[in-house]
Amino acid sequence: MPHAHDVLFKTLADPTRRAIFERLCRQGEQTVGALTARSGVSQPAVSKHLGILKQAGLVRDRHEGRQTHYSAQLRALAPLVDWTRQMAGFWQGRFDHLEALLKRMDQ
Amino acid sequence: MKESTETLSVVVERELPHPPEKIWRALTQPHLIQEWLMQSDFKPLVDHRFNFRADWGAVDCQVLAVEPNKMLSYTWAAYGLNSVVTWTLTSTGTGTHLRMEQSGFRPEQRQAYQGAKGGWQQFFAKLEQVLARTV
Repeated sequence: MPHAHDVLFKTLADPTRRAIFERLCRQGEQTVGALTARSGVSQPAVSKHLGILKQAGLVRDRHEGRQTHYSAQLRALAPLVDWTRQMAGFWQGRFDHLEALLKRMDQ
Repeated sequence: MKESTETLSVVVERELPHPPEKIWRALTQPHLIQEWLMQSDFKPLVDHRFNFRADWGAVDCQVLAVEPNKMLSYTWAAYGLNSVVTWTLTSTGTGTHLRMEQSGFRPEQRQAYQGAKGGWQQFFAKLEQVLARTV
């Protein structure tokens, strides 16, 4: 179980930040200005959220002239998408150990 | 991740040729728990806080419900994800049907995210759609 979950969940736990990320997922690449116009928070606040998303590997920035364009990096979500599969594997393994223990308790 | 209400839910079930009372001991006695799950300071008392410890880290837990030989439920917090683990023991003619369900983010925890326009489950539902289109 990698620690990547920790960073991802913490990063996306903030509703404003999650909304910015969702918009990038749905609508593709956007500038800070375009994101600010629809976010209901100030441009510095949007930039700060984008910085945190970037640190978590969830967005990538691309400079073009004076504008910075941001796009979602869906691959960064892989550990999160895999959570249920990983936990199912974890518990299946533990059930195996439990069965072995129950047999030993008979002896 | 099948649908939004099922998001972050893991169910593992198994038929075991042992009586519920015996399985209950394995689920609730620390010296037995550590043989198949992890080291812990578990006590079968509602509200008791404990943790599971392994070489990869620790899981913070709190007992939510205890119904001897039938049901046991505790919170399970690890890697920034809060979830609830619930064990259900059902006696069968020849042994026990043991069911483990781990669900992430109970409703009250989702509501704790004040001002959220969309909760986690909505987020995962949308994410599912996006991933289905792009991956």
